[in-house]
Amino acid sequence: MNKKRKELIVSAISNGTVIDHIPAENVFQVFKMLDLDKTSHQVYFGTNLESKKYGRKGIIKISDTYYKDEVINKIALVAPTATLIEIRDYEVFSKVSVSIPQTIEGIAKCFNPNCVTNKEDVKTKFEVLTDENGQLKLACHYCEKTTTRKNMVFF
Amino acid sequence: MKNRSLVSINDYSKDEIIRILDLAEEFEKQPRQNLLDGRVIASLFFEPSTRTRLSFETAIQQLGGNVIGFASAASTSVSKGESLKDTILMVANYSDLIVMRHPVEGSARYASEVSRVPIINAGDGANQHPTQCLLDLYSIRKTQGTLDNLDVTFVGDLKYGRTVHSNVIALSKFNTRFHLVSPDELKLPSAVKRHIKEAKLNYEQYTDFMEVIPKSDIIYMTRIQRERFPDPLEYEKVKNAYILENAMLENSKPNVRILHPLPRVNEISTDVDANPKAYYFQQALNGVFVRQALIATIMGVK
Ligand SMILES: [Zn+2]
Repeated sequence: MNKKRKELIVSAISNGTVIDHIPAENVFQVFKMLDLDKTSHQVYFGTNLESKKYGRKGIIKISDTYYKDEVINKIALVAPTATLIEIRDYEVFSKVSVSIPQTIEGIAKCFNPNCVTNKEDVKTKFEVLTDENGQLKLACHYCEKTTTRKNMVFF
Repeated sequence: MKNRSLVSINDYSKDEIIRILDLAEEFEKQPRQNLLDGRVIASLFFEPSTRTRLSFETAIQQLGGNVIGFASAASTSVSKGESLKDTILMVANYSDLIVMRHPVEGSARYASEVSRVPIINAGDGANQHPTQCLLDLYSIRKTQGTLDNLDVTFVGDLKYGRTVHSNVIALSKFNTRFHLVSPDELKLPSAVKRHIKEAKLNYEQYTDFMEVIPKSDIIYMTRIQRERFPDPLEYEKVKNAYILENAMLENSKPNVRILHPLPRVNEISTDVDANPKAYYFQQALNGVFVRQALIATIMGVK
């Protein structure tokens, strides 16, 4: 009974994608990265849910939508702990953990206003680095400056 | 190295850097060699830099090459809003190599990706200036007889000084002991220190200049600019703390040499100029030989 009630916190979907284990504070960032404010499909989400592993987590369910690897990698930048579950006909079709890519292209903006990617029509490209504290940083392929987590802006 | 762009000093390995320096020694002995006969080299200075441009153009002409290009963007289609890509594609049609200086960071890397001819970065904003770095390394090696195991002291603005960043990164390949002298506000950024750490080398940071002078084989001076300080009072506090005067060199090593990327303002007192330990004027001349070596290598004529 108890288990059943927990599952009902966020409605089940028949077909689509479930993104689970999103750090609670980044749910809206994932929302934005996936352009979910513009989708015509049904979207359910929950945040500040209890998670045994991660304290407070968020979850997003998007009906009738499946994502390519590059989109999944994009999520990894703000939600490195996330799991992506594909649902087909109410069944779990596949389940993958997102992985932080080594390089990313065209996803984030370079924080340096004098970078060529902010001055000319150039697609951004970064090497993804982790600092001593485990924080992600993006090293710009062009201006060689590093964009830290707090300065990250996504397209 | 033939036909490969040089955008950042990181593009070259230790062996490749040494190859350029060895070749520059040959050009120092014999700077006039007709190696570029019939070749056209574009010199595109989207922002003016007379010193760097004259050094490059002298290097090219002493090798018998022809120069096309511009000394500032003001009189060109760039000022009418032409994109960097279009300018580079146009110039690449007429030239065998492009030397470019541009105020925007990353512009040279981008140009190297769209151009069918190689690019030499002559400075992209506050980012990289690899030929300055090569001439500094040449000057260090020439005055010390080696690049290995030296005590190199950098003084002044270590935060924004791009020449300092490139030199630290390059010297990390040569087992250098780094002494970093700056006000707290202008310390070497962690992104640059990362290269020292990755090479498992030591660095020490100082706010006091005097104590490090007797340890140094090279003292690399840079200018502290007023505009780097949001608070003018902070600038007033540090502006005179990093000025080198001749008397300060009294207990320095006999082999120490003072370098500076020039132009200097007041960070090296003029009474140092006559001291044989001052090397900054010869340093600038070395730029021609290093640029000849680089151009000859990329053009595949040496
Ligand atoms: Zn950038």
